Amino acid sequence: MAQQTVLIGKHLEAGAKVVDFHGWDMPLHYGSQIEEHHAVRTDAGMFDVSHMTIVDLTGARTREFLRYLVANDVAKLTTPGKALYTGMLNEAGGVIDDLIVYFMTENFFRLVVNSATREKDLAWINAQAKAFDVNVTERPEFAMIAVQGPNAKAKVATLLSDEQKAAVAGMKPFFGVQAGNLFIATTGYTGEDGYEISLPNADAANFWQQLLDAGVKPAGLGARDTLRLEAGMNLYGQDMDETVSPLAANMGWTIAWEPSDRNFIGRTALEAQRAAGTFKLVGLVMEQKGVLRHGQKVLVAGGEGEITSGTFSPTLGYSIAMARVPATVGDTAEVDIRGKLVPVQVVKPSFVRMGKKVI
Amino acid sequence: MSTIPQELKYASSHEWVRSEGNGVYTVGITEHAQDLLGDMVFVELPDVGDTVAQGDDVAVAESVKAASDIYAPISGEIVAVNDALNDSPETVNSAPFGDGWMFQIKASDEAELAGLLDAAGYAASIAE
Repeated sequence: MAQQTVLIGKHLEAGAKVVDFHGWDMPLHYGSQIEEHHAVRTDAGMFDVSHMTIVDLTGARTREFLRYLVANDVAKLTTPGKALYTGMLNEAGGVIDDLIVYFMTENFFRLVVNSATREKDLAWINAQAKAFDVNVTERPEFAMIAVQGPNAKAKVATLLSDEQKAAVAGMKPFFGVQAGNLFIATTGYTGEDGYEISLPNADAANFWQQLLDAGVKPAGLGARDTLRLEAGMNLYGQDMDETVSPLAANMGWTIAWEPSDRNFIGRTALEAQRAAGTFKLVGLVMEQKGVLRHGQKVLVAGGEGEITSGTFSPTLGYSIAMARVPATVGDTAEVDIRGKLVPVQVVKPSFVRMGKKVI
Repeated sequence: MSTIPQELKYASSHEWVRSEGNGVYTVGITEHAQDLLGDMVFVELPDVGDTVAQGDDVAVAESVKAASDIYAPISGEIVAVNDALNDSPETVNSAPFGDGWMFQIKASDEAELAGLLDAAGYAASIAE
């Protein structure tokens, strides 16, 4: 029996095609995923992301614990509300999950982790937290709605009280603030401006309806995937997992090597991987007809790799992909598409940001 | 519930076939098929003049989600293709039984038509 978010009624009302997503009934699209994609790039769209897991960590040694638990360094979080994207690694340097850490107060940090990895994440965090006397509390009583697009913030603002407006005024990217019943964060998974908003389950359907009335278009998992791929953002389980080093998943920038005496889980293995060299995650662009797909073989200078995520880019009008390939890769490669070798361009894995082509 | 026009014949692989007279048959994919595939982004069509046998993969419908082979529901010669799909593949989604048609075959053996499903048979096949 699949789990449902508190917004399932709103999705069905809007004619969503609902699919099973790692044990959750989630909307794939509400008619056309491409139209939903364009709504986010050009106006404002919203996603039900209530399936994602919020985990609150409390205790005097929470910061110390997180500096050990994750590869990025929460010492960088000096302003309350500031958020940090990081991998949570195992001892072998594989990625257990990617997540966002919010610094709430000195003895309270909030994590937002993937739903597909919820159980193993909680088991791992709980096991590691014992030695630090940190309390680990899941917060299933919150729903989460991502409102994204160039007009997202303006449309959300029409629903906010004066106090809430004041709370979000001038917020920089990657911050979160509790404003009345809403936890409003300037984060997202689309490469557009916008918010991810957590709120009590009881308030979610009403808030969703108000967003609809404000002209925000509902968007499903299909559009979420094409948007995040255009933005060059990884999808856990597809672009990386426990068998993949963050160095081979375009997550090198999330590893805080300094200070060199900070011990974090996976550090020793990562240092060895860095010294030995790893594959790298690159972007592929194919302007001719066809669509690059997950699992297709990629031939590059010095070896072969594989497409981790591929799709048709609605914004660009041709196919793009992320591929893990030998670091010897040059500017071009060939992809085996249904038995045919097709030439593609190799680029940095980021294609569209803020509505604009960046390749 | 998706539309299944009574007057058409169907292959269990989700193509529909409409007689245009003189042994010429128009082929497309059903509303049910386009719904499964989702937003269409490319359609690769056969060449006019190609000789095809029943069951050959002759076209590819590529959606955001997946690439899907389209099979010749009957044998014969390709006598026309819907070039408009090159610029507007989404027509397959919006009008699968109309402007979203894919190609026309001049049948070499019209007896093959009898082996295709009628609307009720196709409805039963997708209800499973």
